[in-house]
Amino acid sequence: MERIRKLARVGRECVACGQCAAVCPRGAIRVWRGVAARVEAGLCVGCGLCAAACPAAVITLEKRGEET
Amino acid sequence: MKGKKWYDYLWIGELCYLVLGLFNILFAWLGMLFFTIPLVIAIFGGSKAYCNRYCGRGQLLGILGKKLKLSRNQPPPRFLRSAWFRYGFLAFFMFMFGRMLYGTWKVFTGAPLSKTVTLLWAFKLPWQWSQVEGVAPWVAQYAFGFFGVMLTSTILGLLTMMLFRPRSWCVYCPMGTMTQGICRLKAKKEEAKDGRTGEEDCRTAQAAGQ
Repeated sequence: MERIRKLARVGRECVACGQCAAVCPRGAIRVWRGVAARVEAGLCVGCGLCAAACPAAVITLEKRGEET
Repeated sequence: MKGKKWYDYLWIGELCYLVLGLFNILFAWLGMLFFTIPLVIAIFGGSKAYCNRYCGRGQLLGILGKKLKLSRNQPPPRFLRSAWFRYGFLAFFMFMFGRMLYGTWKVFTGAPLSKTVTLLWAFKLPWQWSQVEGVAPWVAQYAFGFFGVMLTSTILGLLTMMLFRPRSWCVYCPMGTMTQGICRLKAKKEEAKDGRTGEEDCRTAQAAGQ
């Protein structure tokens, strides 16, 4: 069965509040130097918890384009 | 599930601050900590650790919105996260803070103490019950002004918590905007020194992960 995995992507208007990092179960997202959140693609499972927690709603889930 | 840390309970401090200020306005001075700690962390540490972990107000809004389900949990409008709004609100906030400082200066130079707390920069609430004897009038005036600033931001935080996501205040919080601006400047300075950009760091991390 083909499954399209997703990857969290942080928009340019990230306010670096860190709510995404606090809820990520895999530690795949963290605030880089207080500037913006960054996603480590290898760790992200595309669960969407960060997107739901983001108060600014700047995190979206995008197709990774990887087949399993 | 991660275990709770000591800093997960800082919302209690925020709540105590607001309640104590109602009984004795001089407690408002403690709010200076909420202004200085994030700035010190951003200037010397180059991070937003205060927003990320130690902000009692953010935690309190999170609890009210998420646990008590007082939030509609809707995405905020786009303008709220736009740079012009965030920096515009910061400028407005600083202007009003400056006006408050000017009021304190006037009392310092002999003007009478005004026992009022100004909410939302317009509504003057009488605060006559507060005992401020024993301190210089300007100390009391600053406390009245500062408590007004703290209550105003709390009201805005509660409103946007209810209308949008629990921590929507974090999106346009002037302290958050200011510390992020400082962190941006510091990061740029370090990038220029290292000859490496954040974008490159990001691409490297993504490439390593794939």
